[in-house]
Amino acid sequence: MRLKLIGTLAVAALLAGCANDHANTGAATGTGAAVQPSGPVPGSEADLVANVGDRVFFDLNQSGLTSDAKATLDKQADWLAKYPQVAVQIAGNCDDRGTEEYNLALGQRRANAAHDYLVAKGAAGSRMTTISYGKDRPTATGDGEDVWSQNRNAITSVQ
Amino acid sequence: MTMSSTHDSFISDRQAEALADTFGPQGLGRRSVLGGGVLLGAGLAGGLTATPWGALAADAPAAEITVDQARTAPIPIVIPSFGPGIGEQITGVLTDDLTNTGLFKVIPASSNSGTPDFAPYKAMGAHAAVSGAASGSGTVRVEFRLWDVLTSQQIQGTAYTTSAANWRRIAHIIGDVIYQRMLGEKGYFDTRVGFISRSGSIHSPRMRLAVMDQDGANYRVLSSSQTKLPSFNPVRDQIAFLSYGTAVPRIYIFDLASGRQHILGDFNGVPLGPHYSPDGNTIIVPVARGSGSELYAVNIATGAKRQLTSSGGAINVSPSFSPDGSQIVFNSDRGGSPALYIMSASGGGVRRLSYGQGNYGDSVWSPRGDLIGFTRISGGQFSLGVMNPDGTGERIMTQGYTVESPTFCPNGRVLAFCRRTGGENGSARIHTIDITGFHERAVPTPEGASSPTWSPLNV
Repeated sequence: MRLKLIGTLAVAALLAGCANDHANTGAATGTGAAVQPSGPVPGSEADLVANVGDRVFFDLNQSGLTSDAKATLDKQADWLAKYPQVAVQIAGNCDDRGTEEYNLALGQRRANAAHDYLVAKGAAGSRMTTISYGKDRPTATGDGEDVWSQNRNAITSVQ
Repeated sequence: MTMSSTHDSFISDRQAEALADTFGPQGLGRRSVLGGGVLLGAGLAGGLTATPWGALAADAPAAEITVDQARTAPIPIVIPSFGPGIGEQITGVLTDDLTNTGLFKVIPASSNSGTPDFAPYKAMGAHAAVSGAASGSGTVRVEFRLWDVLTSQQIQGTAYTTSAANWRRIAHIIGDVIYQRMLGEKGYFDTRVGFISRSGSIHSPRMRLAVMDQDGANYRVLSSSQTKLPSFNPVRDQIAFLSYGTAVPRIYIFDLASGRQHILGDFNGVPLGPHYSPDGNTIIVPVARGSGSELYAVNIATGAKRQLTSSGGAINVSPSFSPDGSQIVFNSDRGGSPALYIMSASGGGVRRLSYGQGNYGDSVWSPRGDLIGFTRISGGQFSLGVMNPDGTGERIMTQGYTVESPTFCPNGRVLAFCRRTGGENGSARIHTIDITGFHERAVPTPEGASSPTWSPLNV
C-alpha cells in the first residue's frame, strides 16, 4: 500500500511536470495584478491530471472501486460537471499477471466500473467512452508489486 | 502414440489428400495419379508439380519408429547436399527442420543424387538416407529420394518442379514427407504462424498483424493499424483478428491471397479475440459488456450470432473447439478466479476442468484431441502446460515472467507461444516447444512478437 501511494504520487508529479513547465508558480494565482495567472488551462487534460487525478487503481484481478478510487472519481464527476463541454475516454489497464485476452476483458470491466460510477454521480454517459488496453500500455515498466500496482488502473483522458 | 503409416504410395498421403480435396472423394484416386504430375501449391507463383521419381518397383516400408521412441533416441538420417546454389539452401532448411524437432539426428554428406553406397551409412548407424539434387534456374526441378539404410530399399521418390522462388517450400515439403514416412504422422514444416509484430515504446507499442513461415522466414507485416489476438482459419488461407484501428474495436478477417480484409459484423458490446471452429465456418467471439464478457458463435457466411454463455457478469474468454467440433474449452472467472471450463458446442453442460492453485487461462485444444494447452499464473510466475481433456495429467512444460498464448502445430506435437521477459527493457518473442517440454527455441523475428496462431498445413 505504501509503495503504491509513493508510485502514484511520483507519476502524478511527473505528469504534472511534463504538462506544465512553470507549475510551481501557479500557487499564487490571483494575488496581485502584476502576476499572470498560470497553471493548467481549466478544463484541460493537464488540469485533470494536476488538480483532480486522472486515474484510479485496482487490486490484483479486481475491478471493485476502493474508497481512494471513489474519492478520485467523485472529484472527476465534479470536474466534469464544471466543464460540461469536455468529452473523456476511460481506458482500463492491467498488470502483466494475466493472459492477453483475459486482461483485455478485465481492463474493459475496470473501465466500465469507473464509467458507471461517474454516470451514477451525474456525468452524462454520452460524454464518456471506454476502451481496454489489457496489459499493452503499462504506465510503469519493470516487474514487482510497486510496478504492477501502478499498471492496474482506469485512466480518464480528455478527448 | 503410434499411427500406422501407408507404404504403397509414391506420393505422400498429404499430397494424395490435397488431390482428393481438389477432385473430390469420388474423383481422382491415388493410383491414377501416380503416372502423372501432381500440382501443389496452387496459390504460389508458377505452382508446384510433384511427380514420382526413382526406382518405383523398389518402394519399401519405412522404419517402424514412433514419435515417442524418436524423442528418446533421435533417428540418425543422412542428408546430402542437394548441389550448389538453391540445392545447398534446400539442404540447409531441410536440415534445420528435421534437427529442430529433436526427433532426427542429421548426418551431413556430400552431394549424392543416385543410389547411396549403404555400407558406410550402416557403419555410421544411420537408419535412413536421402539422395537428391536441385537443377535449373528460374524453374527448378528438385529430385528427392528417401532410403531405408537397413534394407537398402527406397521408401519414397518424388521430383518437384516449381519456380525457384518457392525453394523454401520445396525444402519444407520434403521435410514433411520424411517426417511422415519415418514417424507415421503428418509433419508441420510447410506451415506458417500468424502473430502480432510489436515495435516502438513499451508504454504504447505499435502492434501489427504479421505472418511468417514456422521457422521465421518470409516475415511479412499485413496491417498498418493496431491489432490484437489473431486466429488462423484452420481450413482457409485467412486470419481473423481484433483491430483497434477504429474508435470501436472490431473483428476483421484478412484474406492472405488477396490481401483484402472485411469486418465480421457488429456486436452489442466490445468484441475481444476471434477464435475459429475446426471447419472454419464459425468464429467464437467474447463480447465484453458491463462487468463480464460472454461467448458468441458467429456464422461467418450468414453473420448469424448465437450466445453460448450466460454467466451474469463473469469473464468468459479463450474458447477453443475440440477437433470434432462437439465441445469447447474456455477460460472463465465465474467460480471466483480464472479457471478452465468445458461445455458442449451449443453452450450446455458447463463443467470445471482446472482445480490447481493459481489462475488458469489461454485454453487451447490440440488438433490431435488428446491434450488441452493452457497458461497458469501462480506465485508471480507464468507456466505453460498441457492436461488431458478430462482435467487429469496436468504437466508444466516451461515457465517464465510470462509464457502465454499457446498454439498447437497441425499435428499437435509442438506448441508455439509468447515468452516475455520482465524488467525495464522486457522483450516479447515467439518460442516453440515440444509438448513433452523439450527443445524450446526462439523463432527469430526482426521486431518483438506475441500472440502466435499456427496455420494448418499449406495447400
